[in-house]
Amino acid sequence: MKFGIVVFPGSNCDQDCFYVIKDVLKQPVEYIWHKNRRLDSFDCLILPGGFSYGDYLRTGAIARFSPVMERLSDFARKGGVVIGICNGFQILLEAGLLPGAMLRNTNLHFICKYIYIKTENPRTPFTNLCQKGQVLKIPIAHNEGNYYIDKKGLKDLEENKQVLFRYCDVEGEINRNSNPNGAIADIAGLVNKKGNVLGIMPHPERSSEKELGSEDGLNIFKSIVKWIGAH
Amino acid sequence: MLKAEIYISLKKTIADPQGLAIKHALESLGYKETKDVRTGKLINLRLNINNQETAKKRLNEMCRKLLANPIIEDYRFQIKEA
Repeated sequence: MKFGIVVFPGSNCDQDCFYVIKDVLKQPVEYIWHKNRRLDSFDCLILPGGFSYGDYLRTGAIARFSPVMERLSDFARKGGVVIGICNGFQILLEAGLLPGAMLRNTNLHFICKYIYIKTENPRTPFTNLCQKGQVLKIPIAHNEGNYYIDKKGLKDLEENKQVLFRYCDVEGEINRNSNPNGAIADIAGLVNKKGNVLGIMPHPERSSEKELGSEDGLNIFKSIVKWIGAH
Repeated sequence: MLKAEIYISLKKTIADPQGLAIKHALESLGYKETKDVRTGKLINLRLNINNQETAKKRLNEMCRKLLANPIIEDYRFQIKEA
């Protein structure tokens, strides 16, 4: 199987993702420049974190019109596995591949720290190696991670079990202090209805080796490899 | 040539923490009459057309497609002769 990492002007987590896939996960991986229109040979596409187009206008608002996004939408529509991390999540929202939108963190600060998330649905391409309720220690680094969706949209997400991860404390409890950015229903990561497109604010690629303080993020990448291998 | 001023702000139903922080700052400066502050952005455009109706149609399109995010934002605009 082969991973592709989309690179926009202003992406800055692309190399971290590349390193984890190639050297930690030992899987084939290539960069895909955002002007590329051919995505035939890939099994999983990663939209990495960063500040595509300098976050001008709104996060992800300009990147979503890059040539590669049209092809990525086709790929996703056909059931291809896509993961958007941080700015990648914001781009997926702007592109309408995931429902909802991002607002500024309620405390108006850029937050860069380790947090905990709880696995809500372990039956997906991204979480099949996690247990239900498993707590993962993964860092966040964002200014706009305050996920918003209207009431009806939230009801749909919950009913379809599209929320994969919620912010929690080290014990897996959800309380007033465990949500870093104000996201509605403590949502840290969610999938589309079909379950093949994930948007996640925390950075699994920054927590895939013990030396970095946590290797919990590797569960997500390993789950993808296992799922694609089985399908 | 036409000139357009586009105002974009968060929908009224969505909390605006930036507006709230400004409100607190104004209050601490003694402007106790400040009831509510909402922030937003202003985009100025100049258009190479003269027909106001066409301009209106095109600006609505631009706002819906790119300039505003209809899930969280409202927009309005004014068109003037440049």
